[in-house]
Amino acid sequence: MALLSKKDSKLILDPLTDNNPITIQVLGICSALAITAELNASIVMAISVLFVLGLGNVVISLMRNIIPSKIRIIVQLVVVATLVIIVDQVLKAFAYELSKTLSVFVGLIITNCIIMGRFEAFALGNGPWRSFLDGVGNAAGYGIILVIVGFFRELLGSGTLLGFKVLGDPIEKTGIYAIGYENNGFMLLSPMALIVVGIIIWVQRTRNKALVEDH
Amino acid sequence: MEHIELFFKSIFIDNMVFATFLGMCSYLAVSKKVSTAVGLGAAVIFVLAITVPLNWLLDQYLLQPGALAWLGESYASYDLSFLSFIMFIATIATMVQLVEIVVEKFSPALYNSLGIFLPLIAVNCAILGGSLFMQSREIPTLGLATTYGIGSGIGWFLAILAIAAIREKIRYSNVPPALRGLGITFIITGLMAIGFMSFGGMLTGGDDGGAKEEQTMVQSDFKQQTDLDQNLASAIQENKDTNTEDSQKIANNTKGNE
Repeated sequence: MALLSKKDSKLILDPLTDNNPITIQVLGICSALAITAELNASIVMAISVLFVLGLGNVVISLMRNIIPSKIRIIVQLVVVATLVIIVDQVLKAFAYELSKTLSVFVGLIITNCIIMGRFEAFALGNGPWRSFLDGVGNAAGYGIILVIVGFFRELLGSGTLLGFKVLGDPIEKTGIYAIGYENNGFMLLSPMALIVVGIIIWVQRTRNKALVEDH
Repeated sequence: MEHIELFFKSIFIDNMVFATFLGMCSYLAVSKKVSTAVGLGAAVIFVLAITVPLNWLLDQYLLQPGALAWLGESYASYDLSFLSFIMFIATIATMVQLVEIVVEKFSPALYNSLGIFLPLIAVNCAILGGSLFMQSREIPTLGLATTYGIGSGIGWFLAILAIAAIREKIRYSNVPPALRGLGITFIITGLMAIGFMSFGGMLTGGDDGGAKEEQTMVQSDFKQQTDLDQNLASAIQENKDTNTEDSQKIANNTKGNE
């Protein structure tokens, strides 16, 4: 990346792996789990958070010197809520079915801890460009986990990816259904999201021993 | 009867943590010790019991399409529902602040036990989620909204209490190093959520006839079920289908044997 200095690119790349908002910082889990039964919804959610966090970080960072620290939480909430309303209205206008699937979870981006966490930890103390990179990085780290979880849940749960029947047709018994494969409907239920994320954490910490917690 | 049904439904069947994953962040972060978990859980019940009915009033008399009709006929055509996010979160943030001040003034003992958790709660997804679900499920009366708020709060309290107790014990177990802490908590929560799914049949009754009656009742209660519920229902339906297929196979097999 010639565009970015080493320090700046670290801002984007760190949250993707070793400082991932979901698996390491434990932020933003609420929405990450509930909407990952389909890859489609996961991707839209990831993009929405990218938009809100990237822009929100810039706005907060621009205002950081004029926000009195006593009322900063409510100022932050107003900024996020405004951005989320934009996302919600755009989704309702251009992807109505999808916004039905996401239901209240678009609104819950407001209380997504990643967003408040990044505002507090980064945007209040750094300039707009770096805050933007930090926001994009963290949202991308969040998005990656969402897409991984969504990929496995949709593939194993309904045998499709983005709605395409990649494993064959379960009713006409084509593809691998011909040799007796069955969809695991359990993957579509909410508890499996937790277990899939648990396994991702397991794999990540097995590969990088430095992240292991001592209870 | 309606109240009791909604109460138990919001505690067990639609449990905030296990069915909709709301408030997971603080659930995972503040569940290392039972005593702190109890403090946060109590604060969540408290705030949900206040904010859900308040937001119900806001929704009913300000935000819904046509809600402004009480101002006069010319206002009846307004639809302010796009403002609901910002109104709800503003109500929650101010209420939390207000509750903090009031509790500090009148009950220092309660303040000492709840105090540090109250600011945390403004950004807890369980609180905003409670209000948003109240809106999307179209809960009909103020009384039911209060019941829903208290029930959801108790459900959340139960969940964090249970996981905190388990985490205190699991410290003495031999967990694989990479799973220690966060990983094992996720998996345990998943297993607990599977356990809570068995409450799903609690209000639908045992035999099929009863189930249908109850279902229509529930549907008239909540005209618009969320799509999450529908996903669940379709998944259960699939399971049922595979079950019947299986039983047919078994029947065929037994026929073959005969």
